[in-house]
Amino acid sequence: MDALTDNASAILDGFWLTIQLLVVNGIGALVLGTLVASLRLSPVPVMRAVAGLYITVFRNTPLLVLIVITYFGLPEVGIQLGFFTRISIAMSVYTSTFIAEALRSGVNAVPLGQAEAARSIGMPFTMTLTQVVLPQAVRATVPPMASVLIALTKNTSLAAGFGLAEATFRLKGLVNDYATERWVIFFGIALGYIVIVEVISFGAARLERRWRVA
Amino acid sequence: MVAMRGVQKHFGALHVLQDIELDVAPGEVVVVIGPSGSGKSTLCRTINRLETIDEGSIEIEGRPLPQEGKALAQLRADVGMVFQSFNLFAHKTVLENVTLGPVKVRGVAKADAEKRGLELLERVGVASQAGKLPAQLSGGQQQRVAIARSLAMEPKVMLFDEPTSALDPEMIKEVLDTMVSLAQGGMTMVVVTHEMGFARTAADRVLFMADGRIVEQNTPEEFFTNPQSERARDFLDKILKH
Repeated sequence: MDALTDNASAILDGFWLTIQLLVVNGIGALVLGTLVASLRLSPVPVMRAVAGLYITVFRNTPLLVLIVITYFGLPEVGIQLGFFTRISIAMSVYTSTFIAEALRSGVNAVPLGQAEAARSIGMPFTMTLTQVVLPQAVRATVPPMASVLIALTKNTSLAAGFGLAEATFRLKGLVNDYATERWVIFFGIALGYIVIVEVISFGAARLERRWRVA
Repeated sequence: MVAMRGVQKHFGALHVLQDIELDVAPGEVVVVIGPSGSGKSTLCRTINRLETIDEGSIEIEGRPLPQEGKALAQLRADVGMVFQSFNLFAHKTVLENVTLGPVKVRGVAKADAEKRGLELLERVGVASQAGKLPAQLSGGQQQRVAIARSLAMEPKVMLFDEPTSALDPEMIKEVLDTMVSLAQGGMTMVVVTHEMGFARTAADRVLFMADGRIVEQNTPEEFFTNPQSERARDFLDKILKH
C-alpha cells in the first residue's frame, strides 16, 4: 500500500487533471455535438450533408490518430497551443460526434404525434422544437449521453502518451518505481476511474428519475 | 366555415382523396364515416394542413390555407384538432397541457390561462387530475384533456380524427358525452369516427366515404334508414348487424 499512500498527492493531482480533461471536453463536446445534431436534423439538405460528413470522418477515426494529428499537426501549420488544448481539440471533436448521434436518436424517439399536436395548437416550427420536441428528446438522451461521458472519462487516459500528467500517466510512473506493488497500483488507479464513472452514472440515474414522464 | 373544392391527394400511386367537395356551415356537426383506408382521416388532416393536398383548394372562413409558416400557425390556432392517440405533451402536467397554447401562442397571462384551463378541465370532468402527467391518466381522461387543450385555444372549428378508436368501450362513452355536449353548445365540428351512435345523435350531416371519394351525404336519419348507394348499404349491413 506504500506506493499509493506515499504518493497520494501526486495521484490526486493526476486525477484532478483527468477531471479537468473530462469537464473541458465534456462541455466542448456537448456544445459542438448540439450544433452538429441541429445541422443533422435541419430541413436544409446541404446542412444535413455537412453534418453527416463531419460525423462520418471524426467518429470513424481512432481518437489516438486524431490526437496525433492535432498534437503534431497544428504546430506544423504554425498554430502554437499548449499540450492540453491540442489534445482537447481532438478529444472534443471526436466525442461531439457521439453526442450528436445521441441527440439525434433522442429527437427521433419523440413520437411524431407530439409535434403534430404542437403544430395543431398553432405553434410555429421553432416553438414546436423548443417547447415540445427538444425537452422530451433530451430526456430520452440521458442514458446514451451518460455512456458517451463514461467513454470520454476513460479516453482521457490517452493524454498520458502526450506528456499530460493525468491519472494514467501517474500510473505508469508508479509501476516503474514500485515494481513489487503493481497490483495495488493498478487497482488503486482503476478505483479512481470507477469513482468518477459512478458519479456520472449516479447523476444520470437521478436526471432520468426527475425527468421521467411515466 | 370550411370549404373544400376539387381536392385531390395521392400517396404514391394511391389516389387517397378524389374530387372532394365539402362545405361545413358554422355550428354544423359533420360526421365522416366509411371503411378503413377510405381517406376519411386524411380528409380531416388536410383541413389544418397536417397533410398537404396536390390539387384543389381549402378555405377556412373564406381564407385559403396558407403555406407552411407563421400565417399557417395562426390559422391552426383557430382550428382545434383531437387525435386518435391523444398526443398530450408527455412532459407537461395536465394543466400545463391546457395552458401551453394560450400562454405561448396567444400570449395570455399565465394566471389567467390557468384559471381558464381549470374551468375547461372541470367542464370535461378531469379537474381533479390537473397536476398529474398524462401517462398517469386513463385513455378516456387523456382524450378529454386533449379536448380541453383544443378548447383552450377557443377554436372556430374542431376536427376529431377517430377520437375514440384507441379507447376501451367503457371510456368511449365519457369522451362521446363530452363531444355531444360540445356539439349541442354550437361548436362547428368535423368528426371522423366509427361510432354510429354518435353519428345518429349528434350529427347534422353524415358523410360516407369510400376509396377516397365522398360517396354519399345526408342527414343521419335518412342515411341510416335509407342509404342511397350500394357501397353505403353494404357498409351499414356489415357494421350494424351485431
